[in-house]
Amino acid sequence: MNIQTNIGGATAEQANIVPNPIIEVRQAQVFYGEKQAIVDVDVDIQQNAVTAFIGPSGCGKSTILRCFNRMNDVIPICRVEGSITLAGQEIYAPEVDVVVLRQKVGMVFQKPNPFPKSIFDNIAYGPKIHGLTTSKADLEEVVETSLKRAGLWEEVKDRLDQPGTGLSGGQQQRLCIARAIAVQPSVILMDEPCSALDPIATATVETLIDELREKYTIIIVTHSMQQAARVSQNTAFFHLGELVEFGTTEQIFSAPREERTQNYITGRIG
Amino acid sequence: MPDAPAINITYSGNRARTVELIVRVILIGCALVAVITTVGIVASLLFESLRFFQKIPLTDFLFGLEWSPQTALRADQVGASGAFGAIPLIVGTLLISAIAMVVATPLGLMSAVYLAEYASDRTRGIVKPLLELLAGIPTVVYGFFAALIVAPMLRNGGENLGFAISSESALAAGLTMGVMIIPLISSLSDDVINAVPQSLRDASYGLGATQAETIKQIILPAAVPGIAGSLLLATSRAIGETMIVVMAAGLAANLTLNPFEAVTTVTVQIVTLLTGDQEFDSAKTLSAFALGLLLFVITLCLNVIALQIVDRYKEQYD
Amino acid sequence: MTDPDSIIATGRSPRHKAELRFRAYGIAAIIVSLGFLVVMVGAIVSRGTGAFQQTFVQIEINVPANKVDPQGTRDPNVIKKARFSSILKKAMRQRFPEAKSRQDKKSLYKLVSSTAEYTVRDAVVADPSLVGETSTFSIRASSDVDMFMKGNIDPTLEQSRRRIDDKQLAWIEQLRAAGQIEKQFNTQFFTGGDSREPEQAGIWGALAGSSLTLLVCFLLSFPLGVLAAVYLEEFASKGRINRLIEVNINNLAAVPSIVFGLLGLAIFLNFFQLPRSTPLVGGMVLALMTLPTIIIASRASLRAVPPSIREAAFGLGASKVQTTFHHVVPLAMPGMLTGTILGMAQALGETAPLLMIGMVAFIVDIPGGVTEAATALPVQIFLWADSPERGFLEKTSAAILVLLIFLVIMNLIAIILRRRLEVRW
Repeated sequence: MNIQTNIGGATAEQANIVPNPIIEVRQAQVFYGEKQAIVDVDVDIQQNAVTAFIGPSGCGKSTILRCFNRMNDVIPICRVEGSITLAGQEIYAPEVDVVVLRQKVGMVFQKPNPFPKSIFDNIAYGPKIHGLTTSKADLEEVVETSLKRAGLWEEVKDRLDQPGTGLSGGQQQRLCIARAIAVQPSVILMDEPCSALDPIATATVETLIDELREKYTIIIVTHSMQQAARVSQNTAFFHLGELVEFGTTEQIFSAPREERTQNYITGRIG
Repeated sequence: MPDAPAINITYSGNRARTVELIVRVILIGCALVAVITTVGIVASLLFESLRFFQKIPLTDFLFGLEWSPQTALRADQVGASGAFGAIPLIVGTLLISAIAMVVATPLGLMSAVYLAEYASDRTRGIVKPLLELLAGIPTVVYGFFAALIVAPMLRNGGENLGFAISSESALAAGLTMGVMIIPLISSLSDDVINAVPQSLRDASYGLGATQAETIKQIILPAAVPGIAGSLLLATSRAIGETMIVVMAAGLAANLTLNPFEAVTTVTVQIVTLLTGDQEFDSAKTLSAFALGLLLFVITLCLNVIALQIVDRYKEQYD
Repeated sequence: MTDPDSIIATGRSPRHKAELRFRAYGIAAIIVSLGFLVVMVGAIVSRGTGAFQQTFVQIEINVPANKVDPQGTRDPNVIKKARFSSILKKAMRQRFPEAKSRQDKKSLYKLVSSTAEYTVRDAVVADPSLVGETSTFSIRASSDVDMFMKGNIDPTLEQSRRRIDDKQLAWIEQLRAAGQIEKQFNTQFFTGGDSREPEQAGIWGALAGSSLTLLVCFLLSFPLGVLAAVYLEEFASKGRINRLIEVNINNLAAVPSIVFGLLGLAIFLNFFQLPRSTPLVGGMVLALMTLPTIIIASRASLRAVPPSIREAAFGLGASKVQTTFHHVVPLAMPGMLTGTILGMAQALGETAPLLMIGMVAFIVDIPGGVTEAATALPVQIFLWADSPERGFLEKTSAAILVLLIFLVIMNLIAIILRRRLEVRW
């Protein structure tokens, strides 16, 4: 598909501002049955950076996020049109293996959802099913590295055999992040990862996100503008299924070009 | 793209896809067993019944007033062909089921009302499992109890009052069956009553109605479709019940509506025809399948109607 | 006259009385229902507990070497061939020499079970040193004597109206006075197969038959039911075909059990020519019957697993099959097992379909495999309930007690499983 010809208007200019894009979205449309949830979205995701998707609830920010690893596939009435590419490959092409796609594009959910298994098994599950490790020692190393990267190792290293569900909310969410890291993804999608956490746990997770940027590309959906401002380099503002404005976080929060963006960040729509 | 990670998301092989496909096929196969069972039931009943109807006309079976399926020992024996009129069996079945429903409906319904509206959680927690215990007792036990205790008790009671009650009376089987059905009616009605929204109760109490008035005039009328559905399901259960009637009801096909006389039922005759020595292809053996088909059709109709009523009722308040 | 504005309850208004009356109806309904339960269980317990004991008679028996083992081989096969019935009869005549006439002797022999000679034979075979000696044997009393000892035969009745005659009564009194008749725990009831003689009949054969039948039933219905539920809940799209399967399962759950028996007879026995009266066919029929129960319970249990678990697995790149079988099914397993145990309890109590496939025969041998002819516990109850002998009434009630105990245990296991393992979300 020749994407260049499809781009038109202000969104095309916005899309091109990003250096090193790893995900490129062109003219994306998402439908739930008859209802259109996403209208003509163009956006680029910068590699090794944190991109925040903000906007009022129901604006479609989670919907577009879930397109990046085809989590929408489970909803039978959901239909995606347009072009979404990961490292130049069309995500919705028929030859794509969703299972491999989801390994490359990991996800962390709104509510921490550890498996009701031990901490070790929670992390080890992904590498096991993808055949990433060959020996037990290997697997143990992956678990340790992942937990270290997620900043959880010191807290849990003595109780790896205890259930992951027994951890505190913030720890559970970091466990979920470690679990996502363990399958060696390139991109990590985070769908309001802190909305179920208290402020202290939120701060820990935010610090973690900032550190993870070095190795991974992160897209975070959040309803908290302060959080977007704190952790992201680029910000996309969605409203009613449209991408209203996309730019560096600094620009969006200090000098928004669009009036709707201005209204949102000053609290007049929300 | 400098420094782009080596990302390849296309299929590397077909193995994983094949596994998914095989698993899916196995799962569908398992789900289809239920369908195959139904097909098997219908096919086997129809096939054997058709062979029966080649020997005995369908109209004789459905409208005949006499049932005596003995097969001839000698070809020239009187009444050699046997009589295969199902009416006495159907009437007997309905008589016993009706007695059962007369017993079970008020008891089951009132228990449900009490448990749903009056009982404290503690009482409910104790009484409900106890009632369910009644449903968990095998029907062969009810049958034994009916034949051993209920029937002689009724016969003696009748004797003392000066009239004859058969020791295989429809009443003994019906009463016992009624008790067996109580938990079915009470648990189904309990669900139905609980589905009536609290707002209706609040509205009635707000007008100063007593609890009994609210139940009788607001809740029960609102729950009527659901209750009707559960009563139909219970009736279907009574009609298909076998062991109680095999052990407590009679074998002789009397065409009567008198509950003190012995009657026989469809299920009793199926068991009698098919246990013990049987020759295949005789009208006698095949008639059991025709009775089975009759039973299946009647209960299926009741179930379909009942399930539909209950479903529609539940949707109404969802 | 009361003040029309008063809101004080008087307790005498007709509306108040109607309220109390209505409430009383509810309580009465529950009491009547539960009362029936109490009466039924009570009647069965009071009649059945006697069967756990059996009357035994102690008799001195001389085992003459010249008749049993003339060559002194001590070979069990030789001893087995000896005529122990005449040895036993002789011993009884010696104990009660007053029995002279044919009639009296007949009455005398009827004091002990007709299977008593085998008891003596087995004892001698087991211990060949008894040959040539006179020793005391504990012999199973006949059912009539057993019934009398348990107070089920009224000795004040006219002789012709009771099953123990006056002479037998006198002998029993003699034995009693000598302490040679007593009730013992009836192990035979738990370890023996069926018998025409009530005092000899046991439930082990029926229990073994039931166990084998349930085993077949479980092995078929559990995997089939669970996988069908997994398909309907996790894989099926909400299409017409799946709606059809669902309606089908709901209706199948309400089909009378005897119809399943007819299916088994027509398809499994007549069409596929599987062996009649066997636990294999019984288990297959019961499996089809319990399948809807298990599917419905398993689906409810799968539905209770929160979607976040599925999302977590999908998000890691687990496939549909991996997500389902690594995460969802294990979490739903306690609920599925609970449903299955309840289905098995239902199958254990089921009688009618087994009658259709011939598991109703008189079978003495203990079944050793699923393709051997067998009966099942509820069918055994049905058979015994049909027997005219007074002794079988007690056995029937006792067998029902055993069946009920098994059902209670299964239900308790289901409840414990649910409480222990079920994860609350």
